[in-house]
Amino acid sequence: MGEKVLMKGNEAIGEAAIRSGCRHFFGYPITPQTELSAYMAKKMPKIGGVFLQAESELAAINMVYGAASAGVRTMTSSSSPGISLKAEGISYIAAADLPCVIVNIVRGGPGLGGIQPAQSDYFQATRGGGHGDYHLIVLAPNSVQELVYLTADAFNLSEEYRIPVMLLGDGTLGQMMEPVDFDSIPEPVYAEKPWATNGTDNKREKNVIKTLYLDAPELEAVVMEREKKYDIVKQELQRYDAHDTEDADVIISSYGITSRVVETAVQILREEGIKVGVIRPITLWPFPEKAYKQVHPKAFLSVEMSTGQMIEDIKLACECSAPVYFCGRTGGVIPTPDEVVQKVKDILKEVG
Amino acid sequence: MSKTIYEKPKSLTDTTFHYCPGCSHGIVHKLVCEVIDELCIQGKTIGVEPVGCAVTAHDYFDFDVVQAAHGRAPAVATGIKRSLPDRIVFTYQGDGDLASIGTAETVHSATRGENITVIFINNTIYGMTGGQMAPTSLPGQITQTSPYGRDPHIQGYPVRICEMLATLDGPSYIARVSTDSVPHIKEAKKAIKKAFENQINGKGFSIVEILSTCPTNWGMSPVEAMKRLQDEMIPYYPLGVFKDVGEGNE
Amino acid sequence: MENCEIVLAGFGGQGILFMGKLLAFAAMLKGKKLSWLPSYGPEMRGGTANCHVIIDDKPIGSPIVTKPSVLVVMNKPSLDKFEDTVAEGGYVFVDRSLIEGEVTRKDVKPVYIKATEIADSIGNRGLANMVMLGAVLKTTGVFSLEEIEETMKKSLPAKKQALVEKNMEAVKKGYQTV
Repeated sequence: MGEKVLMKGNEAIGEAAIRSGCRHFFGYPITPQTELSAYMAKKMPKIGGVFLQAESELAAINMVYGAASAGVRTMTSSSSPGISLKAEGISYIAAADLPCVIVNIVRGGPGLGGIQPAQSDYFQATRGGGHGDYHLIVLAPNSVQELVYLTADAFNLSEEYRIPVMLLGDGTLGQMMEPVDFDSIPEPVYAEKPWATNGTDNKREKNVIKTLYLDAPELEAVVMEREKKYDIVKQELQRYDAHDTEDADVIISSYGITSRVVETAVQILREEGIKVGVIRPITLWPFPEKAYKQVHPKAFLSVEMSTGQMIEDIKLACECSAPVYFCGRTGGVIPTPDEVVQKVKDILKEVG
Repeated sequence: MSKTIYEKPKSLTDTTFHYCPGCSHGIVHKLVCEVIDELCIQGKTIGVEPVGCAVTAHDYFDFDVVQAAHGRAPAVATGIKRSLPDRIVFTYQGDGDLASIGTAETVHSATRGENITVIFINNTIYGMTGGQMAPTSLPGQITQTSPYGRDPHIQGYPVRICEMLATLDGPSYIARVSTDSVPHIKEAKKAIKKAFENQINGKGFSIVEILSTCPTNWGMSPVEAMKRLQDEMIPYYPLGVFKDVGEGNE
Repeated sequence: MENCEIVLAGFGGQGILFMGKLLAFAAMLKGKKLSWLPSYGPEMRGGTANCHVIIDDKPIGSPIVTKPSVLVVMNKPSLDKFEDTVAEGGYVFVDRSLIEGEVTRKDVKPVYIKATEIADSIGNRGLANMVMLGAVLKTTGVFSLEEIEETMKKSLPAKKQALVEKNMEAVKKGYQTV
């Protein structure tokens, strides 16, 4: 372990991206992720990198599309309303099989919503967000240290699979400071990019990066080929943390900052002798279905900062082997450990 | 002994154009490819194609091409150029793409002085979707979505992109040319060449607006279409150079 | 008290977040687990600002402090807002110069400091936060004066090193006053 530094989540993402070889960042200001853009604006010119504040989120994501086409490691970041604007470009990037990293520091929605932390973009993130048959790899860190690890992973995974990766945080993770160690983050693994549109130099056939297929069977074939890749990702990439699941009457699932609230609640419950366990998804897509096949609680509980979006994936993953309950707050309100404790007790009254 | 006096540009593939008879796209594709050949930049060039009739320009261009979303070509070109500053990056866009849905990208890449070349086809109509009103449709012009003629009080006035961009400090070269006659086509090629040379010389944003025809959606024969371009479009969209920072201005 | 959950609150511009950062940084230097979470948004100078700091030996669960063992308030709205949340037996540090009201709860330990007046007396009203910090150090024992001085030296950028001395003077005033 190297020396730790005290850093805000948003800035730590920036530093991790730079250490992962990202030299092209295109952004547009929005609370609560702006510190990331500001960090890049300060650092990039000093290391020969590019920071560009685009005229809109639409332009920013399309600059990412261009940079990714050119074959460089590139990134953009925003928060919920801005991600909706980026959805157009994200669909094109996914359709063009281009690697890039998109950060969403989620705030309350819908609409302009609020600026306080939320997890109400789960559907948008895990279902793609834009139009068409596609997925993003979605990573959900729960600490500043994990933000840093997963930022490094995001670049590598994105290039390995040629799938855009979304780092899904929230206002709390972006704003909070924790000690973080950069020396232990994954090394960049650069993929060959023979497909890049970086000029033929008259030495190879031209490359074309496109997303339009006017012939329906041809488009179907392209989509199905990508679907095969998604199947591989589903097999290879399910990541989660689990503990105390063996004897658990209730297994609580939550991701990101909410999982920290749950950890505090679990501590209280275990001290009272109540058997609770935890499955914390780290990849939200692919959802860690495997984790739910091996456990046999009386009930599952999904804790989220939304009106309950991950609950559907838990139901699919556990194949309704036990009832799935929900506990959460939304609109920027963070649930308290006490609310989770109470919910678990209420569930146990129902399921015995 | 025989002597070659004309040949197809190397940067153009052998694929037959899908464009309608009398459409200007074929002319402009050829001009762009001739310029690329003459400047010996085929291996360094990356084209960004739009959404519109030129969405499959990659079938005809024999160099790397990226297809952009509708209106976003200048942002995509910005991303490429900022990643590969030694490459030659151009966009090829129609009026709906550049002057309507992509206005913000156009204006901001221009004002940043982004070192790219923009080829802008203005034919006053949406061609690919079958003849709807464009931001550049003339007052009174009948289209599918202005069936009683474009009424400026209802649909607003046409956008003069060159004049608008010429108010900005960022662009280095802004010209409007036409494809209606051989002399004008020669002028058009000169302007396109200058717009690419500017990029090679690091002068920044250059745009060439090319007044073009769309006989199919105008409901005219190719000859009638050329006449409309001369009689109606050129008076509204005067030809000329609107900005040229000239030599020595880096 | 080595481990604690702290809420610091006041007006933006009083250095509330900085006070929290020093505590967080000191905890890091000591090898503790910690988290620092600010309120955020359009909280400019004159608006309200608060931050949550947790210092512990085991990994921090929720970084949101719902029952602070230490509350530091530098304006009346913050006292009103957070008094009820303080854990039983917890400390409530009140800048007496700015807040006229009393801590009404009987199961917490109020500590009143005329922080802004003391800061004025050493010529810089902006150091009231450091006076409050000094009072917190003395009363809770969370960090020593030496540890805080070390923290300032290590956390402040080079161009602000000159401020360490003045800051420490204010911290010591607060330390001595309680």
